Amino acid sequence: MIKKLVLYVGDPANASTLKKWSYVALALVVASDFLVSRAHAEYFWDKLPGWGALYGFVSCVVIILVSKFLGHQGGIMHGEDYYND
Amino acid sequence: MIDWFHPSLLFIFGALTVPFLRGKLQQACLMLIPILAVGTVFSMSPGTYWTYNFLGVQLTFGAVDKLSIVFGWVFTIASFIGMVYALHVKDSGQHAAAMLYVGGSLGVTFAGDFFTLFIFWELMAFSSAYLVFARREKAALEAGYRYILVHIFGGVCLLGGIILHYMRTKSITVGPLEHDGSLAFYLVLIGVMVNAAVPPLHAWLTDAYPEGTVTGSVFMSAFTTKTAVYLLVRVFPGTELLVYMGTIMALYGVVYAVLENDCRRLLAYHIISQVGYMVAGVGIGTDLSLNGSVSHAFAHILYKGLLFMGAGAVIEMTGRRKLTELGGLYKTMPITLVLYMIGGFAISAFPLFSGFVSKSMVVAGASHDHRPLVALLLTMASAGTFLHTGLKLPYYMFFGKDSGLEAKEPPKNMLIAMGMAAFLCIGIGVLPGPLYHLLPYPVHFDPYTGDHVTSALGILLFTGLGFFMLLKKLDPEPTISVDTDWVYRKGSRLFMWFVNKPLSAYESYLAEIYNTWITRFTLFFSDLLARIFDVRGIDGIVNGVADFFIGLAGSLRLTATGLVRSYAVTMLAGSVLIVGYYLFAYLVGL
Repeated sequence: MIKKLVLYVGDPANASTLKKWSYVALALVVASDFLVSRAHAEYFWDKLPGWGALYGFVSCVVIILVSKFLGHQGGIMHGEDYYND
Repeated sequence: MIDWFHPSLLFIFGALTVPFLRGKLQQACLMLIPILAVGTVFSMSPGTYWTYNFLGVQLTFGAVDKLSIVFGWVFTIASFIGMVYALHVKDSGQHAAAMLYVGGSLGVTFAGDFFTLFIFWELMAFSSAYLVFARREKAALEAGYRYILVHIFGGVCLLGGIILHYMRTKSITVGPLEHDGSLAFYLVLIGVMVNAAVPPLHAWLTDAYPEGTVTGSVFMSAFTTKTAVYLLVRVFPGTELLVYMGTIMALYGVVYAVLENDCRRLLAYHIISQVGYMVAGVGIGTDLSLNGSVSHAFAHILYKGLLFMGAGAVIEMTGRRKLTELGGLYKTMPITLVLYMIGGFAISAFPLFSGFVSKSMVVAGASHDHRPLVALLLTMASAGTFLHTGLKLPYYMFFGKDSGLEAKEPPKNMLIAMGMAAFLCIGIGVLPGPLYHLLPYPVHFDPYTGDHVTSALGILLFTGLGFFMLLKKLDPEPTISVDTDWVYRKGSRLFMWFVNKPLSAYESYLAEIYNTWITRFTLFFSDLLARIFDVRGIDGIVNGVADFFIGLAGSLRLTATGLVRSYAVTMLAGSVLIVGYYLFAYLVGL
């Protein structure tokens, strides 16, 4: 059963179906965020519905761009034999 | 009835026994010892056991309270899982080293005084180094030496701090140190921060863990940093510095993980990131955040072990470790993939997985302590965690472009060990009650509130959206990343260059000056001494004495003529002289 599921997910032929379901999941998560109670919210952003989704997306983009910038322009990344010369 | 038994003794006994056993018997011993150790932790109750007076100092091997018991639980459970994962390994040395390593960290956990703690601390460092050496490749040997040198540095700092602390307070009890800014405080802190892999003292971890053996690195991922977290909770709660260091750590690991190509090094950077949450929790120092640190350490040991086991299984079966050389393994290793993903969901803090119930405690601890920035940055780091451990690594390892590797599922014992860890990752996530019950402070925290679940899902799923949108940017690159180990890898070459070039040039310049001035002056002066003092003075005296005795001997020789006549005259003259003397004395006495 597990094997079948993995093979289904990995098969490029099913990519578009999976993509569709993923969008549905994203929409559902944002929608449900509007329905929950926010009685315990500590800060104002915690009171905003959809905050998690926005912050997650922004975090992801910022992390990738900043890291790659530091890696390429900041001199962190080097060839694999950097230490073996 | 024994009221307490030290679990380390079991492991040390195991380390001594295992090398002499073979086959099934050895495997049985490998599993039995962790099971017995779990049993000893299960039967423990708080108290102080096994104290000895050594040279006027009270040594305590069994300081048992809720904090040490919860770490005792997870260390013994992790050792069982790790041993099952390593059952197929034929290298007895590795098994013995792993046993000593676990024994060391349990010894630290239950040590009631700093001296005992230090001994077990060093035992951990040396036994774990063997798990790196045991891969027996040049890169592993070099990384192992660097690993041991850094840990010796950390150990010396710790010992120095302990001694200074003892001299001042006459106490070696392991407990919170006073925040007095003394050298002792900072030396102990540095010693512990080395083991907790707090930047910039962290590079040993990402240097050595990916170079260890497949099974050895599973142990390493569990014990060293978490033992240090235990000690931080015990000794440094509420140290403000740790809040900042922890938050930086959490993001530092994430940034490097983006750039990393070696699968286990990527996971190692996420150890640093995850330990950052624990360090920050210790720094905040409230009951909630300390509970968060401890529970996160508990959950982390299990899911990180699972992730290392998954990546290790791929390395074991394919012989490759770089993401650029892997891909498309989902067809041949689906079970490994699913078990790995459970670890990935747990570390990413998906609801119903263990990370969700522990990580959120630390973040809530930061929020409740009015540290919004810390809470936001830690949340950002958790998006990064899912991005790499849950998306990037499995995508490029199991999906992505097909590398055409012929692989199959790993041996059964490896899958079973991964299965046990996966079971616990889900079990803790679904039913956090038993874990919360073990925590050192009473828990008034419910992770499963509606807004918490939806916002966590929002963060994670939209991180996924970002990942697939920027997929092209994330393609792994065949590079290595320069980290603070540069200081002793390249920096040491700079030092050697400095020694060889400027320093030795300076040295020969000094030698020139010495030759020109000092030597010449000395020679001139000694020449002067030789000509005047030596010839006139010393020689004069020596020769004079000799000349005198030669002269004396010459005149004496004249008396030895060899003629009986001369001797007779001499004797006669002598007799006359003696008789004359007495006669004169007699006459004077009259």
